[in-house]
Amino acid sequence: MNPYLPHDAVIVDRVQESTTIFTLRLAFSDPVQQKRYAFAPGQFNMVYLHGVGEVAISIISDPERESLYDHTIRVVGRVTRGLAQLKKGDHLGIRGPFGRGWPLLEGEGRDVMIVTGGLGCAPVVAVINYILHRRERFGRLTIMQGVKHAEDLLWRSRYEAWARMPNTQVIIAADAAGKNWPWHVGRVTDLFDQVALDPGNTVAMMCGPEGMMRAVVGNLLGRGMSADDIYLSMERNMQCAVGHCGHCQFGPHFICKDGPVFSYREVQPLLGEAGF
Amino acid sequence: MIRSRGSFGHEQGCMTQLQHMAREGLQQLIDALRDRGYRCIGPKVKDGAIVFDTVESAEEFPRGIRDQQEPGRYALTESSEDKYFDWANGPQALRPLTFAPQETLWKVQRDGGGKLTFREVAPAMPPTAVIGARACDVAALKIHDQVFLERDPADPYYAARRKALFVVAVNCSSPASTCFCASTGDGPHVSSGFDMALTELDDGFTVQLASDAAQSIAAALPLVDATDEQHFAVGHQRSEAIRAQTRSVPGRNLRQALFDNLHHGRWKDVAERCLSCGNCTSVCPTCFCHREEQDARLEGDAADHVRMWDSCFTREHSYMHGFVLRETTAQRYRQWLTHKFGSWHDQFGRSGCVGCGRCIAWCPVGIDVTEELQHICGEGSSESIPSP
Repeated sequence: MNPYLPHDAVIVDRVQESTTIFTLRLAFSDPVQQKRYAFAPGQFNMVYLHGVGEVAISIISDPERESLYDHTIRVVGRVTRGLAQLKKGDHLGIRGPFGRGWPLLEGEGRDVMIVTGGLGCAPVVAVINYILHRRERFGRLTIMQGVKHAEDLLWRSRYEAWARMPNTQVIIAADAAGKNWPWHVGRVTDLFDQVALDPGNTVAMMCGPEGMMRAVVGNLLGRGMSADDIYLSMERNMQCAVGHCGHCQFGPHFICKDGPVFSYREVQPLLGEAGF
Repeated sequence: MIRSRGSFGHEQGCMTQLQHMAREGLQQLIDALRDRGYRCIGPKVKDGAIVFDTVESAEEFPRGIRDQQEPGRYALTESSEDKYFDWANGPQALRPLTFAPQETLWKVQRDGGGKLTFREVAPAMPPTAVIGARACDVAALKIHDQVFLERDPADPYYAARRKALFVVAVNCSSPASTCFCASTGDGPHVSSGFDMALTELDDGFTVQLASDAAQSIAAALPLVDATDEQHFAVGHQRSEAIRAQTRSVPGRNLRQALFDNLHHGRWKDVAERCLSCGNCTSVCPTCFCHREEQDARLEGDAADHVRMWDSCFTREHSYMHGFVLRETTAQRYRQWLTHKFGSWHDQFGRSGCVGCGRCIAWCPVGIDVTEELQHICGEGSSESIPSP
């Protein structure tokens, strides 16, 4: 199998989530390949736009749904701008899944705390849905989401629905909020004292800007959590997705292959060091 | 003729008896390789440097030529010795042979309904024998085997080229002033990773055979058992080549020393001299970064997906959705050095430097990596400034 070779996939459905964010629901054209395709939450695909190039995008759908998989994409560059123009029925190229996903097995039987910042919540949506569909296997679920502007909050109705689930706490904050904002104004890290954390029995999973993640890590460590129980989804320039092209090298790791999900202990030495 | 992937190690045959052939045997070696279907690649003088290129005759080799290398300088001169291999190295090792500077990975065609058909482009590499690989070059080849073959998944493009390669190493008798392979442990003589190894003496070559393919070639060569004197001469040449090296790295594992000194003042100092041109990464035999690009055809329905060598000294190397991670030259030089000499140990169990000295000679401003390492990792290296 050539890990560099994409395969044709078709857009089964497309949802505009916000002005710059959209979700593509995809299936491989080859039904045998679609049936064989298996991934774990936190893994990613390389999504290819014809004639333009590839971009690494995390998979947010449920891994046990066999017929489809979803990518939620924000317009940030050349490839994503082009992907945003595609419609239902259009084709693109997919190769994957790549990387190491979230530690869901380690989380079973324990409390799970999910912290996201900015618009970076897509990689953990897969985890939230995974846990809520298998609610009995996990302890208390805490979801913390911080955004800059109130209108940046994607899937507001989903957060509201999640908040009504049993044994689930949802904490949301916006640095700048408008009218009708029912949640906190300020940083999400202001609200840590609202969380009843059981530090020895919790797995924390987070994604978003590294500065935010470092602030959260500091708080969690301060409250007695182990660096082995705190997981971060890392981002770097990724081109090959198999640890060969060198762009995502981060100390001893290739983010694309050894991650993108790492325990804090694994990335701690260089995290926050400008230039790495 | 083409060896299976299982024979890349070559370790098993290294203890074979040393043999000897007269200087004229070099032409017979070329003929024997060509007879068996190999394209021969050997050293030639081109544009004032020694380069690996297709050879048909030993006459094309740089006989009686020496290279003078210093920081920022490379020049060829006449040698007082009538030898084929009285030089150290040229700007490129074997890297372009196995890891193409630019190659198409796949082609895509879009049909009327929009469906995309992807077609793999397998590299067309004929069986290729390279004559004159240095110990540093062979060590770098073994490192690229680790990067591209020995990790999962393997790179099919590198694998196809590597499989087609037959390596005739030539032990180094005349290191350049920029060489420091003795200190990295990779030279001046080869120890493994080759099919055949030659040592050029005053009266011809000693020959060491290290693979079945090499044994088969050797049947066509005028080989006799090497004498005790010739054995001694090989050892003597090796000691002299070690003694001739004036540069060295301040340790074989500098990982801790480098990461303990991420804010050393020398990063800023070297960045004031460094042009961030990427020459060092172009000539380094172990650098493996590459980028991928689309080459779209005018008609719009077809495109080629191409990969090409990349360098961590470019802005684009660290680009991620809207910003550049390494804006400063200090950050880029530090990335290169801490990977090559530091985290390479975590990833591949050794340093990524083989001591060939190319980055010193081909640096347009003559930055000497051994000197920078000495400042950053040597004694008294704790001088600190804010983050670059």
